[in-house]
Amino acid sequence: MAVITSIALLVNEHNNQQLDRLRSILSFVVDPLKYLVSVPTNLLQNASDTIKTYAALKEDNQKLHESQLIHQTRLLKLEALEKENIRLRALLDNSFKLGEQVLVAEILSVEAAPFEHIVTVNKGTRFGVHPQQPVLDANGVVGQVFRSQPLTADIMLITDLNHAIPVEVNRNGLLTIAVGSGNLNQLVLPYLPNNADIHPGDLLITSGLGGTFPQGYPVAVVDQFTSQPNKPFASITATPKAQLDRNRELMIVWSNAAPIPLTGKTANEITEETKHAQP
Amino acid sequence: MPNHDFYGPGRIIMTIVAAMCLRIAPWPAAVVPFNPDWVLLVLIYWSLTLPERVGIFHAWFFGLLTDVLTGRLLGQYALAYSLVIYICLKLHKRLRQFPLLQQELFIFFCLLLSQLLLFLIKNLQNPAQLHAAFWIPVFTGMLFWPLVYLALRFVNLARSLK
Repeated sequence: MAVITSIALLVNEHNNQQLDRLRSILSFVVDPLKYLVSVPTNLLQNASDTIKTYAALKEDNQKLHESQLIHQTRLLKLEALEKENIRLRALLDNSFKLGEQVLVAEILSVEAAPFEHIVTVNKGTRFGVHPQQPVLDANGVVGQVFRSQPLTADIMLITDLNHAIPVEVNRNGLLTIAVGSGNLNQLVLPYLPNNADIHPGDLLITSGLGGTFPQGYPVAVVDQFTSQPNKPFASITATPKAQLDRNRELMIVWSNAAPIPLTGKTANEITEETKHAQP
Repeated sequence: MPNHDFYGPGRIIMTIVAAMCLRIAPWPAAVVPFNPDWVLLVLIYWSLTLPERVGIFHAWFFGLLTDVLTGRLLGQYALAYSLVIYICLKLHKRLRQFPLLQQELFIFFCLLLSQLLLFLIKNLQNPAQLHAAFWIPVFTGMLFWPLVYLALRFVNLARSLK
């Protein structure tokens, strides 16, 4: 009996998504456990935050102030640059994308599946999180949501063996795909020929192809290029920009993926419209 | 006697919940590959000691919960657990007589069977290269069996003393 039902379940879920409801119902039983398990670690981290010395706090504050100042001055220019970008794209008869919305989610310290680079966060469908949303941290792309339950969501990191992300080289726009290697600090670029224009130190950013990740976020830095004359493709590895093993908070992104058509409108009208569109 | 009926299922469920917590606990990265299948060990213990209480349905249900917990295809742990528990129920009278070491050998084969089934299903899903470390939990599970056995026997005896 049990064997038949489990096999039926397996076949059914492998073939279609009908069982998502059953899974989300069962997750109400199981997800509180994940919160429970991550309590000690969180307490420990909180405690270490509380017992920081005054001097350390002051130093932290100083550093944050400095970086805030730097970022603020950069932001001053950003607005002007954004406008300019919109105008230029309009001149090229191109479409541009609206800004993105983010939600900050905290990682639950839970180790559900060994050998897979999957983390669980404390926001789920209740916050509107849905599969295939890109996830970022302060330094770059972390991964994508691949399953969301009412109370939690599972995020596949870009270094997972089953993950691939379309990227481009920031320097020259060379397009390729970065595949997870199974190591937390390494991505592989298996589809570039031996004469590709790519060097160690090149920044890889998301290319926006494929539609999952918004364009232009840093993903990794190339750290090794070895040409293999006996094989069609070179062996290239890259180090992710995001701190995949040190994060406590991640940002889940909603990108307004539908680009604005630019037929028969001047750039000025468009900028006006986007002003209204942005809340 | 009413105590017995009231506390029995509660304790069994508590131990299984504890096992699930151990299963997903944030161990240091070096320890993670060694983390045995606690849920199955606890289920085996209860099916050997209280075969009239913990049956295949329990195994199937907690297997399903483990599937959700670890984010696997629904039904693979359910299948593995119910098959292993079926064998345990068939052999429980003989197994209770075994010394701990001999039991351990049996547990080893139980865990191996479960892991084999999981491997088979994983392989059907998408044939991927598998780390040799996939099989380590079978061995560590065998080594942890006496610990689980003694701990749960303590829980069990504490119940019957009440």
